[in-house]
Amino acid sequence: MDKIHLALVCFAAATSIGLAGLGAGIGMGQGVGSACAGIARNPEAKGSITTTMILGMALIESIAIYGLVIAFILLYANPLLS
Amino acid sequence: MEHPILFISVILDWIGLPVPHGPIGTTFLEKLCEPYMTYSWLVMAFLFVVPKLTLGKLEVIPGTGQNFWEVLIGGILDFFAEHMGRKQAKMLFPILATFFLYTLLANMIGLLPGFMSPTSSLNITIAMTIIVWIMHHVLGFRYHGWKYYKHFTGPIPIMAPFMIILELISNFARLVSLSMRLFGNILAKEILLAVLFMLAGAFFAPLPILALGVLVSLIQAIVFVLLAIVYCVGAMEHAH
Repeated sequence: MDKIHLALVCFAAATSIGLAGLGAGIGMGQGVGSACAGIARNPEAKGSITTTMILGMALIESIAIYGLVIAFILLYANPLLS
Repeated sequence: MEHPILFISVILDWIGLPVPHGPIGTTFLEKLCEPYMTYSWLVMAFLFVVPKLTLGKLEVIPGTGQNFWEVLIGGILDFFAEHMGRKQAKMLFPILATFFLYTLLANMIGLLPGFMSPTSSLNITIAMTIIVWIMHHVLGFRYHGWKYYKHFTGPIPIMAPFMIILELISNFARLVSLSMRLFGNILAKEILLAVLFMLAGAFFAPLPILALGVLVSLIQAIVFVLLAIVYCVGAMEHAH
């Protein structure tokens, strides 16, 4: 394998998790902000809001995890390099 | 990925059992001696032995051990009942509570030096996910019969050929997302701890990540079980 190929693979892996983390971070930030506003307005609904928020966080986070998986595939199990 | 030092692997090596050095062993015995298998058994043994030791005989006026387990089990049951109703929560309680306790302990055990999280291996998480995935289909079929497959076609009959493709893809994506979420989070925690320990372990650099790791472990265990509940409830409830 050339060094340039290795560099490109590393760059692609870093970019995939970086961009996925960026998008997921923005999304999760909005979600947490809205949940905090909701709890501040209606403190009695804290339990259900927290559960819904955690569930939504998990669903958003799976997108970032997909990026992480792509990064792992590129680094450790790249089908094109073997 | 090679983990620095794993106590059980060292002990097994010392006994003379073949511990694989790569991620996957070749022979059957090597496969049984892989770190994630041995640590998974450690967690299972912990979950068997510790309740036996602390629970003792059941009494009307609970002691400290019985009190703890009553609060824990009761809390988990209430949490399930909040999301799926008391009757179904009691039906699904054994498997889901087992998933919760196992996942929680398996995530937490990686925080100790010399131990690894079994859930940081994809084999363990995908096995648990396949169990949950098959379970929610079986539940859906048991509750609705063949009509269960009708809700894959969506509400509008004309759109059915397109909707069934989308629904099938989104249903199979549950296998990927549920397993990869747990695996990715726990593996990221483990790698981060290892890297920080190698960089500046003498200056307690991994300490904040250890504190964060407790939180991540708990939240991921809750999220796994919560998503399993959501899938089961979605399969059991009446189709619109």
